[in-house]
Amino acid sequence: MDAGTASAGEHVVTTSATTYSYTPGFYAGDRPRIVTSRFEYEDSHTIERFLATDGYVGLKAALAKPAPAVHEDVKAATVLGRGGAGFPAGTKWGLTPPGVFPRYLVVNGDESEPGTYKDRLLMERDPHQLIEGCLIACYAAGLSQCFLYIRGEMAVAQERVAQALNDAYAAGYIGKNILGTDFSLDIVLHWGAGAYVVGEETALIESLEGNRGMPRLKPPYFPAAIGLYGQPTIVNNVETLANLPWLMRHGVEAYTAIGTATSPGTRMMAVSGHVKRPGVFEVINGSTTFRDLIFGEEFAGGMRDGATLKAFVPGGGSAPWFVEDQLDLPLEGRAVGAAGSMVGSGAVMVMDDTTDIPAAALTLTAFYAHESCGKCAPCREGGTWLMRILERIVAGHGTSRDLDQLIQVGQTICPGNFPHASSERLGLTAVPFPYKMTTICFVGPSAYTPVHSALTLFRDEFEARLMKRTFIPVTAVSEPATADSTSLTAASMAGTVHS
Amino acid sequence: MARLSEDNVRIALEIIGRYPRAKSATIPLLHLAQQQDGFVTNEAMAHIGELVGTTSAEVLGTATFYEMFKFEPVGKYLVNICGTMSCALLGAEALMHHAEHTLGIKAGSTTPDGLFTLEHAECQAACTEAPTLQVNYRYRFRVTNETFDQLIDDLRNGRLGDEIPAHGTVAKIRQRIPADRGVGAVAPEDVTEPPAWMPAPQAQGSTS
Repeated sequence: MDAGTASAGEHVVTTSATTYSYTPGFYAGDRPRIVTSRFEYEDSHTIERFLATDGYVGLKAALAKPAPAVHEDVKAATVLGRGGAGFPAGTKWGLTPPGVFPRYLVVNGDESEPGTYKDRLLMERDPHQLIEGCLIACYAAGLSQCFLYIRGEMAVAQERVAQALNDAYAAGYIGKNILGTDFSLDIVLHWGAGAYVVGEETALIESLEGNRGMPRLKPPYFPAAIGLYGQPTIVNNVETLANLPWLMRHGVEAYTAIGTATSPGTRMMAVSGHVKRPGVFEVINGSTTFRDLIFGEEFAGGMRDGATLKAFVPGGGSAPWFVEDQLDLPLEGRAVGAAGSMVGSGAVMVMDDTTDIPAAALTLTAFYAHESCGKCAPCREGGTWLMRILERIVAGHGTSRDLDQLIQVGQTICPGNFPHASSERLGLTAVPFPYKMTTICFVGPSAYTPVHSALTLFRDEFEARLMKRTFIPVTAVSEPATADSTSLTAASMAGTVHS
Repeated sequence: MARLSEDNVRIALEIIGRYPRAKSATIPLLHLAQQQDGFVTNEAMAHIGELVGTTSAEVLGTATFYEMFKFEPVGKYLVNICGTMSCALLGAEALMHHAEHTLGIKAGSTTPDGLFTLEHAECQAACTEAPTLQVNYRYRFRVTNETFDQLIDDLRNGRLGDEIPAHGTVAKIRQRIPADRGVGAVAPEDVTEPPAWMPAPQAQGSTS
């Protein structure tokens, strides 16, 4: 049943922080927990456990107030959207045109940003909390139907949410006249079929309408005005909604007491790559720094094998890269934006000094090139160009024109100054986020982002690649890689470091 | 190998009934068709078009956008090895080479016995457990060459039948909305009033 149990034995760690074999990679630590408070229970996904641990108490608290008062609470608490853009949820709900009904809630559970995983855990480990959040949101904003869109590849999350919905319907928490009030709501489980771009809210709506998941042009009309079936539609991320039950139970003051004024509460962060203890952590928003996350004993615990940090991706695959100069930045949208990147979806990918930077950039560019929906030419053509040129360079067939060509192609997707981090080593000053773009959504720019970051911060590695032909895997092998082609065989690569 | 069976039509109608517009059920019904036949057949797409009120061409148009739908038979077990950054940093490339050797096929193809299809996959949202793979969308974490071989051996000998259904079935549990509890979907044009729980004079103050 639980996908995690199969390799659970490998996840026992000998540190003070708690780990649970049924949530591999999750470490609770000694921190306030808003959305992961039930992760310590093996049966956290059942309605019994949920009800025994303050389940649906937040819903009852919300239903005791008039709907606009609940909306005011969410606004006052500044619950930031956790999907990537960081837009306050309460403000988003307020953007629906007055007097236009019906309005819909679409829950974005199509988590597929490279490096990110928090929504999957929230759906697998605490589906009722998400359902409760959906109910509160629909009550507060007057939304008459809720569609819970889960990524197609997440079989276990789909099963857990389906079971939770069935149980909640039977227990009277969803459906007609919830808890005896005149609040009635259907929550419909919908699932995708494998397309990254569907994580973009207008593409999500297209997909939910039964179409190819291609983003809609916006502005002028954002989904809050014209969304699903042409009606006002709120699209919220899973983690955003999972915050609401706690907020309703404990109140605005308790919520804003955690974190900073501009980024209150907590947020889920996944730290992966070349660290001692890759994991998912619920961290205090706004004040926790990247240094804490990567080197803190209660977090990732530093670099593996005593290696040194080369670079890291601070906010999911589409974020420009940082280097050690940016380690002390807090997880705060504005600070990170000014430094040239974004907090994004809460994913840090760490590269140590054994990383082959051009090859690492290629893995991300290939991802975005593959996931382009094909609607905008700069992304459809440009993404593939970037990938092909990078492939050529990584394979050792690059020419001296290729580096300029990469920049040129990138300029057609993102004209002007592209954001990047500052670097003392290179004497670079930061170019702040965001970029200009010639595409509707961020997939095209995201194909260029890793290329631009890698090329700006590690141009020497690309130049070396043009001069000398070597074959090395993305990461270090235990024996030095040899320059002959036999090093590509499985036998010689079996020594790749795994932990 | 054909249109949806009678049982599946019943499930399909139940799913369609949840949406204000029938076409929204296209993707769930494509999954249903794939569950029935292991891949999506032309006949099933035509049938889905009839059920949701579009043409089979429109259904095909939607279906081909999404990675999970297959239009020709694939192995009973679809092995997706993640190759995006976090997994690549921790040896996904080597794992893929090993998998190709073990199964005797290149990525993107199916073993002659029709048991395994091997594919390059993209980020599977388990980045801290790299390298990861999915077999019919069931995770395996921190995969080594040894655990990979063990997995293939287990699948070959039918030891994981309980956990991993044949390709086509994603979630084994379906949502069921009880008739006496469900609100029911209403076409948007049939709604003009605010929902019952919203205060009636909603004009001022509630929007910003």
